[in-house]
Amino acid sequence: MPVEVDVGLATLSDQLTLATVLLYIVAMIGYALDLGFGRVRSTAKATAKARTAGEPALVTVGGDAAGVSQDTPRDEAPEEKAPPAWALRAAPVALALTWLGWAANLAAILTRGWAIGRWPWGNMYEFVVAMCFAAVSAFLFMHLRYRNLFLGAFVTVAAALGLGFAVRYLYVQAGPVVPALNSYWVAIHVSAAIIASGLFIMAGVAGVLFLVRKDSAVRLPSRQDLERVAHRAIVVGFPIWTFAVIAGALWADKAWGRYWGWDPKEVWAFITWIAYAAYLHARATAGFRGRAAMIVQLIAFACLMFNLVGVNIFLGGLHSYAEVPG
Amino acid sequence: MEEVKQAEPGRTAGRREPDGDERAVRPGSFGVVAWARWFWRTLTSMRTALILLFLFALASVPGSIWPQRGVSDAKVSQYFSDSPALAEWLDRLWLFDVFRAPWFAAIYLLLFLSLIGCVLPRAATHLRELRKKPPAPPRNLLRLPQNASFEGDLTVEEAAKRLRRMRFRVVTGPGWVSAEKGYLRETGNLIFHVALLGLLVAVGAGALYGYRGNVLVVEGEGFANTVAAYDRYMPGQQVSAESLEPFSFTLDDFQATYIAQGERRGQPLDFEARLKVTDAPGAGQRDYTLKVNDPLDVNGTLTYLIDHGYAPTFKITDGRGQVAFDGPVPCLVVQPATFTSECVIKVPDAQPEQLGLLIGFLPTTVPMNGEWISVFPGAANPTAQVYGAFAGDLGLRNGRPQSVYELDPTSLKKMKPLVMKADPLAVGKKLDLPNGMGSIEFTGLRQWIALQITHDPGRMPALVASALSVIGLVLSLTVRRRRVWVRIGDRQEKDSGHVEIGGLTRTEGSDFSEEFAGIVAALNPGVNNDAR
Ligand code: HEM
Repeated sequence: MPVEVDVGLATLSDQLTLATVLLYIVAMIGYALDLGFGRVRSTAKATAKARTAGEPALVTVGGDAAGVSQDTPRDEAPEEKAPPAWALRAAPVALALTWLGWAANLAAILTRGWAIGRWPWGNMYEFVVAMCFAAVSAFLFMHLRYRNLFLGAFVTVAAALGLGFAVRYLYVQAGPVVPALNSYWVAIHVSAAIIASGLFIMAGVAGVLFLVRKDSAVRLPSRQDLERVAHRAIVVGFPIWTFAVIAGALWADKAWGRYWGWDPKEVWAFITWIAYAAYLHARATAGFRGRAAMIVQLIAFACLMFNLVGVNIFLGGLHSYAEVPG
Repeated sequence: MEEVKQAEPGRTAGRREPDGDERAVRPGSFGVVAWARWFWRTLTSMRTALILLFLFALASVPGSIWPQRGVSDAKVSQYFSDSPALAEWLDRLWLFDVFRAPWFAAIYLLLFLSLIGCVLPRAATHLRELRKKPPAPPRNLLRLPQNASFEGDLTVEEAAKRLRRMRFRVVTGPGWVSAEKGYLRETGNLIFHVALLGLLVAVGAGALYGYRGNVLVVEGEGFANTVAAYDRYMPGQQVSAESLEPFSFTLDDFQATYIAQGERRGQPLDFEARLKVTDAPGAGQRDYTLKVNDPLDVNGTLTYLIDHGYAPTFKITDGRGQVAFDGPVPCLVVQPATFTSECVIKVPDAQPEQLGLLIGFLPTTVPMNGEWISVFPGAANPTAQVYGAFAGDLGLRNGRPQSVYELDPTSLKKMKPLVMKADPLAVGKKLDLPNGMGSIEFTGLRQWIALQITHDPGRMPALVASALSVIGLVLSLTVRRRRVWVRIGDRQEKDSGHVEIGGLTRTEGSDFSEEFAGIVAALNPGVNNDAR
């Protein structure tokens, strides 16, 4: 087990993390300018157009996916006067900056891993940095497919806040981990938890926006768009979270002699899991769709965040990486 | 989902709709059967499932707030001694045993009853549907959520062939083709819910037919897997003492490695216990290195390394010159960062009076402000410091059980103090007790390890059920059920080359339009689709 820490690489990693924060903040400003001054955008219309364009002229394709009705107020709003030229450039610039920040974030994680010769998620600091990375990745990769640029400002601000919090309050110098964490299950269990959390953060951001936006706020993404983004992220995230919990049970079976012992972290992982399952059921239940389902989603998200931060601080237990009690 | 339902005549009957409109109607009269049916319908409705899911999550919260028996027993006793009145009330509400509480059991039993009631009829419906053919097309395909039309010479056979190639299940009729795929969604959903039931059964079986125990072993000593050898033994209700796997081992050596330098000085790096294991009486010995993430497995009975500490050895000579005690004393760790430990020695055989000693153990001793402290968990400069030595009745004969790790406080009050806070002894050094009560010698240093030994027959079934649940979940969340109808020739003049295609997905919130466009393109002979 390597004990040596490459100090140069570790320092580089810290600097890269700071660069990431800056890039995300600048990107966030770009997205905000685009939302505030750019073209009033309708994702529904834009995607419909993109779809039709690719098809043979003979074919007429009507209708749209279930759930996207065409009568949102935005679509019928009269064409506004053209936005200033700089405002049109804000979105692509912001997107480029986000990719740059994403690359810096990735590099920060990799260099930290190389500096210590292990998977770089052995403590809260490393965990939060990786989770912000996962959230931005979720946004960027979903954007490649679904063009959900409207979430950019909110995801980057969440990631910048998360990273800032990690650097300010959770930072620990790079180093080796305690024996209990020295297992390949760290790679499997924690990676899955990080990826799922990244997706849930995306969904959570969409959920918060869904609840705070007013009907008259034309420039904010529509409720339907937000709902769809949240649902997509959770549909992908939930099986990954399920897998993470199971991998955690397998690891606990190896490390602590039982696969499930109702340790506080386990309790809250379970609660989070049930809450997201409740969200999926709520979406399938009449009278719970829309706003109510979103509230369920946000409760689940709050459980996720409490598990990440609250349990370590308030409740302790085996997962606080303290001594293993006898 | 609304428009989907309208466009689907006769569909809803085939499947339990999870919507509120199937909510059970409360019976007006008091027939037992009517009430039972009402109860069952209510219990298995989606709304009830949702509420039960919430209750289930909510009910687990206290389990993370208050310490739980079997998870952190020490903290539970602490709670009882800190605030006895409150603790008693909490205990009455099972708040120290949340996951074994009757109210917790009530919720999950209701949930799983609801699950069974939900899944069984659905499974039956699904099996029936798997054998049914896709329904004939609705009258007007162009009113479906997905629709397209074009002119071209597509025949019914050709359309059916192409749809089959896209792995649709296909039925044809005069001038129409009806196709459906995505049955795996419902299959996956059923697998998931059934796997959850299986998981519960596996966990329950494990609790009934498995056992768990803790034991502390000092270097040089051994353990044989019998009920009597455990410090704490927790069997399931169906476990008999004879069924314990008859293995044994001795602990040759335990090694803990720590970071010696820098900011993380003292952080443990590795623990290794070297065992000599005998799998069954009469079998040969084998070496095994027990590590933290690497339990010893003897036919499914697993031994885990969960804790460790120091066991300094002492020799106590009493006032008559007899050796009254000679051996290792496992010490409790007081400060994990430096392994400052506390040891208790009770010497009931000492003459003329029984002796009780309270000893501090410092693995790496340095002086500090006239005191002695440990600065490192490794044993670089081990010393034992007699905090207190007492003579008198240890109170062992009054029948009350005592912890070996503490001197009974009521007896201690009646004992005579001999020594308070002596200077630390290095290995090989001796301290004479005053009043001719004898002496204590710090003869050497060993270590102890705490082991947890478990046998859980539900382990593998639980793993299989979880794996199935993930597979089912992925299917149920990614597969989309969709139907496509093709009608060729308009209603007046048959086979004129006018093709109408309609499609819909039963899956809410999913985007079928892209795939539908692909299907339309694949059916349109005007488009070159050899590439597909
Ligand atoms: C521990 C308990 C449960 C968990 C974790 C759970 C989880 C899930 C998940 C993840 C889905 C997928 C949702 C989707 O397809 O979007 C689902 C669907 C479903 N569940 Fe459960 N479930 C549980 C209990 C129940 C119970 C008790 C019922 C019966 C009342 C039930 C009825 C259903 C139904 C009808 C669906 C299909 C919804 C649809 O296709 O739209 N579930 N469940």
